Amino acid sequence: MTISQTAPAPAAAPLAAAPPRWRRLTRKPTFLVGAAILLFWVVCAIAGSSIAPDSPLAQSLLATNAAPSAAHWFGTDQLGRDVLSRVLVGSRDILIITPLATVLGTVCGTALGLAMGYFGGVLDAVASRLVEAVLALPSVMVAFLFIVALGPSELTLIIVIGFIFTPLIARTVRAAVLAERHLDYLPAARLLGAGAWSVMVMEILPNVLPAVLVEFSVRLGYAIFTVATLSFLGFGIQPPTPDWGSDIAANYGVLAAGYWWETLFPALAIASLIIAINLITDSLEQVTGS
Amino acid sequence: MATFLLRRLGLMLLTLLLLSLIVFLAGQVLPGDPARAILGPLAAPAAVHSLDAQLGVNRPLIIRYVSWLGGLLHGNLGTSYSYRSAVAPFVGSALINSFKLAALAFVIVVPLGIAGGVVAALRAGRLTDRIISVTGLTLATVPEFVSGIVVIIVFAVTLKVLPVTAAAGPGASFWQQLRHLILPAIPLILVLFGYFARMARAGTIDALASDYTRTAVLKGLPQRTVLLRHVLRNSLLPTITVIATQTGYLIGGLVVVETLFNYQGIGGLIYKAAQAKDFPMLEGGVLTVGVVYALATLAADLLLIALSPQLRAAATGHAAGDAA
Amino acid sequence: MSETTATADGPPEAPAGTAALEISGLSITYRTGGVDRPAVQDVSLRITPGEAYGLVGESGSGKSTVALAVVRYLPRNGRVSAGSITVAGQDVLGLSRGRLRELRARSISMVYQEPTRALNPSLRVGAQVAEVFALGGMDARERQDATAQMLGKVRIADPAAVMRRYPHELSGGMAQRVVIAMALAASPELLILDEPTTALDATVEAEVLDLIASLRAEFGTSVLFISHNLAVIAKVCDRVGVLYAGSMIEEGAAGTVFRKPAHPYTVGLLRSVPRRGQRKDHGPLPVIPGFLPRPDEVGAGCVFASRCPLVVEQCRTSAPPPFEVEPGRVSRCYRWAEAENEMEEGTDAADTVSDAAVPDGLLTPSAEPLVNPPGAVSAVPPPVIALRHVSKTFHGGVQALSDVSLEVIAGQTLGIVGESGSGKTTLARVLLGLIPPDPGSEVALDGVALAPSAQRRPLAQLRALQIVFQNADSALNRRHSVRWLLSQPLARLAGLSGAALRARLNELVAEVRLEQRHLPLRPAQLSGGLKQRVAIARAFGGGPEVVVCDEPTSALDVSVQAAILNLLADLQRRERVTYLFISHDLGVVRYLSDRIVVLYLGRVMEDGPAEAVFDGPHHPYTEALLSAVPQLDGVVADRIRLDGEIPSAASPPDGCVFHTRCPRRLASGICETTPPPVLDADDGHSIRCHIPPAELRSLQGGTL
Repeated sequence: MTISQTAPAPAAAPLAAAPPRWRRLTRKPTFLVGAAILLFWVVCAIAGSSIAPDSPLAQSLLATNAAPSAAHWFGTDQLGRDVLSRVLVGSRDILIITPLATVLGTVCGTALGLAMGYFGGVLDAVASRLVEAVLALPSVMVAFLFIVALGPSELTLIIVIGFIFTPLIARTVRAAVLAERHLDYLPAARLLGAGAWSVMVMEILPNVLPAVLVEFSVRLGYAIFTVATLSFLGFGIQPPTPDWGSDIAANYGVLAAGYWWETLFPALAIASLIIAINLITDSLEQVTGS
Repeated sequence: MATFLLRRLGLMLLTLLLLSLIVFLAGQVLPGDPARAILGPLAAPAAVHSLDAQLGVNRPLIIRYVSWLGGLLHGNLGTSYSYRSAVAPFVGSALINSFKLAALAFVIVVPLGIAGGVVAALRAGRLTDRIISVTGLTLATVPEFVSGIVVIIVFAVTLKVLPVTAAAGPGASFWQQLRHLILPAIPLILVLFGYFARMARAGTIDALASDYTRTAVLKGLPQRTVLLRHVLRNSLLPTITVIATQTGYLIGGLVVVETLFNYQGIGGLIYKAAQAKDFPMLEGGVLTVGVVYALATLAADLLLIALSPQLRAAATGHAAGDAA
Repeated sequence: MSETTATADGPPEAPAGTAALEISGLSITYRTGGVDRPAVQDVSLRITPGEAYGLVGESGSGKSTVALAVVRYLPRNGRVSAGSITVAGQDVLGLSRGRLRELRARSISMVYQEPTRALNPSLRVGAQVAEVFALGGMDARERQDATAQMLGKVRIADPAAVMRRYPHELSGGMAQRVVIAMALAASPELLILDEPTTALDATVEAEVLDLIASLRAEFGTSVLFISHNLAVIAKVCDRVGVLYAGSMIEEGAAGTVFRKPAHPYTVGLLRSVPRRGQRKDHGPLPVIPGFLPRPDEVGAGCVFASRCPLVVEQCRTSAPPPFEVEPGRVSRCYRWAEAENEMEEGTDAADTVSDAAVPDGLLTPSAEPLVNPPGAVSAVPPPVIALRHVSKTFHGGVQALSDVSLEVIAGQTLGIVGESGSGKTTLARVLLGLIPPDPGSEVALDGVALAPSAQRRPLAQLRALQIVFQNADSALNRRHSVRWLLSQPLARLAGLSGAALRARLNELVAEVRLEQRHLPLRPAQLSGGLKQRVAIARAFGGGPEVVVCDEPTSALDVSVQAAILNLLADLQRRERVTYLFISHDLGVVRYLSDRIVVLYLGRVMEDGPAEAVFDGPHHPYTEALLSAVPQLDGVVADRIRLDGEIPSAASPPDGCVFHTRCPRRLASGICETTPPPVLDADDGHSIRCHIPPAELRSLQGGTL
């Protein structure tokens, strides 16, 4: 392998418009696969109860731990509940909580990052220390602290995860803002009489938006990861609501007995959703060239 | 240089102070009464009152915070509600256990991740790169409890080659301990590999596209010299920072793995404390993790300064163009 | 990969008389968007041993691509589609990887544009030079000695100290010397220099060019010198080849090509550079109409056909072959004989058709300036801009400006000249309120003091004082359309909206020779010249009184620069604005300015009418600056050599800040201890020097 320049040489400025970025996005196979999987789960989240063959809550003491069969495609769990139905409906809570949490974190984080990057000085110094303090801890741990204090509920989860993401996103946005700070369009805007907020929102934000979009997508994946883990640990979505993480927690004890389906299918569901988000993130990154 | 170090240290202490404040305040939100939590629901109200007075529960917030902080600095992390004894020894031994597991995972995943990233960068855009990148990406997304369970099924239950529990028992030799720690280390390695490889890849691609790499190649230097002396020397700096930031995860974020493998690390300790609402234990564990993380990032910063003359100059305030 | 196995004597000796570099019929393509696009078409050239050959071209001409092909370092998507390259008798394109490495180590060396970035930031400079010697098989001690010796050859005063430094600790000039030392260490047959002095200050550039010339003589190396700067090539090279859109359109002896060019493009290029003594009042600069095309955009026929004033039908259908004008002179033009005559006609019949080829009839009559020009009834009009005792000290004691006082009269252009560290950019930013000056500084517009920060200035003041930045890529927000960018000043400063805004927008677009079709585009979709027009339109949108131009043409190609200078002159005439024109390019400053201020290390060294400053007497620094800049028109009087580098602004020298480099430093030592007084030379021309102007005049003996 020879080391040669990895970047193509610059040509003179093109005079024609390049195809809009979102169109390039929809042509990428990674994006299409990810979007398809995500779409499937969204449909399940919305219409899961209608699609599912049985009620996810219906127990049957006669058919506990039944292997996959024609009657139960994914088998049943320890309480005789149909695993397929629980998997399909289990998408709902996680697909409500995680986007909301991520949006909350992104909005707060972007505002904070913009302010930190633009104003600098004391505001930046103090906020950076706070950000570091929160980031010193693994997210699962911070979640514990707050959930123990506030009690587990859907709202708590949304707020906690949003709170955890805010400093992370703020840090990324701040770095993106700093990369713009030396460009002359900022003083040019000030010389036209634009105030601080006008500059941040009208001038800097449009340039930082691609990074924000990518961050949102990355964080969404982590949110799903975190909620699934918290549910597994009993601190997330509470039973008997169908949820993949808590189902795995409830049923992995009988793995040794050979009842693999009760754990495998929810695990695959989690993995598929996270992979879908990551595929979308990857194609977003390629299109925005970050 | 000395001023820079002092400033950096000062900032770290400030961050830790803020952290302690957050943890303390979170504890104050906890509903319920410490003495009641210790003595249990059946204790007499008088006993609860007197214990409360003993614990100093009714003092103003600031005083409580300061005395708590003072205790911390003396190594007193409080008294556990669940165990009725000092928190510090629990945290201490848990920390040691966490270090062992983290060290094993580190020793494997750091070289593996960096090598993967560098190879992907050298073959950027081609099949090897896509495979490494996508593999890393996918592996990083699988939650540890998923990969942990899979690993247990395959190696411990089916093949029976490795033990399920991570603790080897008292008095076990180094190699025996190692054998027990391999399975729990695997989920960590899978999660971190993708992240490190990605950072290393990005840094190496930047270095490969740089002007100084061009100079090195056009000087007629052999490929290996270019790679080692010019490319890697500059490309790995950002990876170092990232590795440091993952120590927090490795020390305190391993709740799932420690639970699955029944390992008494800090993550597991904190989890149990959270379940039992044993707040002193929870606080003690969280703070310890914070301190470890802050020390790790400080060490990383110092390492970066040592390795990069440019950062060193920025830190000590030398400017360019001082030549005559 | 095996280490080098060649003998210590190097590759087989090429037979005497073999060209150092021979390129024949070279064509290179780049693959972008799945299509192979030509970048270089059928280029041939030959450099004999010891000769210096200059490759001249503007952006996109392919000159750097040719250089990269010679060392076989094209990017992954680049490919040589035809032709051959031979260096010292070896066929470069056919070499195995091992032999290629040897070739690079021993026979070819390259020097680049940005020297500090070309060095590994983590290794000491000496170690990097020593690597070359290591390839030659020396041991550690020998390498050290050889490195020190080499650094001495490039006129570095203290080699041992410099060897221990890291690249970021070197100034641009010093770093370039190190890179040159590294390049010549292996005594290569061919030295390629790709814009080696473009990033350097004029006085430093002159030193480096002198160095290259003397090293060339000493080592007998052949040189391929690539640059867009015609004057530099004229100074350094024996022969020159002119590239346009990937084709070589003219070739010959440097002096002849630049004095009597035989191709319309070369003629156009030479005429668009402001020459000695040319001023805006004499008329606009001749401009080549149209755009600089990319090599893949030219159709069949001559690459220059779409812009050529001499074009005929034949030119469009078939590409002209190389015609031999005389032995050693080649031109790819059917009408090369007429082209030679074009040059002699000078600027009389100059065209002023602009980039966008809008017919002159569309020019609107000058609009009423929105701010009344200062009422000037007295004989001496009051200054529209007045700076008194302006100083600026940054953190860490860096004194960017020290006690600067100057005035600008309405409707005039004040040219501000200086190299890096002169403080010229700081001055602009202080004036505009982007950087607050030190207390005690006074900045006034129309006699009214300006607040130190733009935030605190009333809208009327913001409207009156605007800026055009050097780099339009940075100054225009890449996410907004041209329409949005131009609407901002109209809405915010001029208070327009709705139909009135749209009407004024269209006027503005016409005034800067843009077109309606540019309005929905984003900056990235425009060429450099068009972007700068947008920036200029934005500055003029609010109807300013004063426009600060901070190196507005430095980042542009030569032919585009002329059009922008014409536009600026034109706008000044019609809108009656005052300019503060900052530049390091003396020719451009001389063309546009009525008065000139020369800055050095944050202090005003000389201040006077443009012609007076250029004719003399000059401050010794001005004198050195003028003699350092290479001129196209033949020989210059004895060059003033400046010793050393520009001192750091953090620790300026005592007494006269220029004394460390001044060739006219007085023997009495007064220059080292006492700051010099400001003495008057003629009317309104003052010089800050211990030597009285009359004596300077006689010492400097006549005009340059």
